[in-house]
Amino acid sequence: MCLAVPAKIVAMTGDTATVDMEGVRRNVSMMLLPDAKVGEYVIVHAGFAIGRLDEKEAEETLKMIRDVLGSG
Amino acid sequence: MPKFVEEFERPEDARVLIRRIQELARVVGRDRVQFMEVCGTHTVAIFRYGIRDLIPGNIRLLSGPGCPVCVTPSQSIDEFIAISRMPGVIAAVFGDMMRVPGTDSSLEIEKAKGADVRIVYSSLDALKMARENPWKDVVFFAVGFETTAPTIAATLATAADSGIKNFYVLPANKLIPPAMAAVLETEGLALDGLICPGHVSAIIGSRAYEFIPAKYRIGAVVTGFQSTDILQSIYLLLRQIVDGSPRVETQYSRLVVPEGNLAALGVMDEVFEPCDSAWRGLGVIPSSGLKLRPQFAEFGVLQKFDLKSPESREAYGCLCGEILRGKKEPLDCPLFGKACTPESPVGACMVTTEGTCQAHYRYGVERT
Repeated sequence: MCLAVPAKIVAMTGDTATVDMEGVRRNVSMMLLPDAKVGEYVIVHAGFAIGRLDEKEAEETLKMIRDVLGSG
Repeated sequence: MPKFVEEFERPEDARVLIRRIQELARVVGRDRVQFMEVCGTHTVAIFRYGIRDLIPGNIRLLSGPGCPVCVTPSQSIDEFIAISRMPGVIAAVFGDMMRVPGTDSSLEIEKAKGADVRIVYSSLDALKMARENPWKDVVFFAVGFETTAPTIAATLATAADSGIKNFYVLPANKLIPPAMAAVLETEGLALDGLICPGHVSAIIGSRAYEFIPAKYRIGAVVTGFQSTDILQSIYLLLRQIVDGSPRVETQYSRLVVPEGNLAALGVMDEVFEPCDSAWRGLGVIPSSGLKLRPQFAEFGVLQKFDLKSPESREAYGCLCGEILRGKKEPLDCPLFGKACTPESPVGACMVTTEGTCQAHYRYGVERT
């Protein structure tokens, strides 16, 4: 079940965070991502944040397609 | 989340990638190139985006065994059904397990007959049920791959720390890399590359796939779930064939790192250890499942209850096994669309939205 969803951390207390998923707020456990911070984007699965989304890497991926592959 | 999702679905990027894929497919010059997408969510995404219609005809995409619901064998379902029938038990389960057929019944049928079966989104919800119902035993069906297993491990660690005595799991988690190896060992299956799961990889890291180019000389690309991601991965796999350099590449670099999620791997290792495990359709694969370590054995439901589960068997005529290995396709199955439909599924591949058969059925694919 790779049905994990991107979310933005809007608040944190201990090892629980409130995240915003497309306007819907829910609480998730941060036990698997203890170093995450408010304002960061994470992937949420089965009630837990499981990984951090990196904006710079996202831009690099798109740049590779648009600037490199897209030219010529 | 436009920058992480919608930005990866732009038609203009798809057009660029398709053009590059067509160029490379011509250079490769083979009648047939076969890639396997391991993960059920990729199977659905490929259908939803119409990827097969966009790529050249000599590139074939096969669906693999990466659907945890599909590969849970009848025996595990039968065991959990037996548990759910016991008095004083709340049987907690992920929603997509409800309709999976066991030998004679399903959890949905048992619930209709009065068993206290409850759907949860998270194993933490099941633990909460245990706290709120101290006079009942809450048993959670621990299904899922490496994306899910750490969440269950964290829940068990919490249960242990909190001294909860009425929470149990039926361990049924499985591991993806050993299943990939089993598929790659399938006789008569010629694969030229693997589209690797994105979220399992967030946990295990892209390094986990190094054995694939090392032993099988084909590429493995860790892939995201949007159209751009899938097309870019197909492009990267073709480029590896043209370069003659099979290797692990991470297309989904905005989430996946080589070492994976160390905290998740740590708790998974603290609570579970690998064991041999039976996969529906693939048989027993060594070291492909997870069992509780001795210090967490008190949470294992099979230790508590003496189950007499009947002879378990898979449905006659069902080709899920070969479909999960990529050897056959849904249309090859005599039951597909006739005896076996999403409304009345015979095999697990038809039960869940991520199963190959249901995806084929819902998207109405007819291909030669």
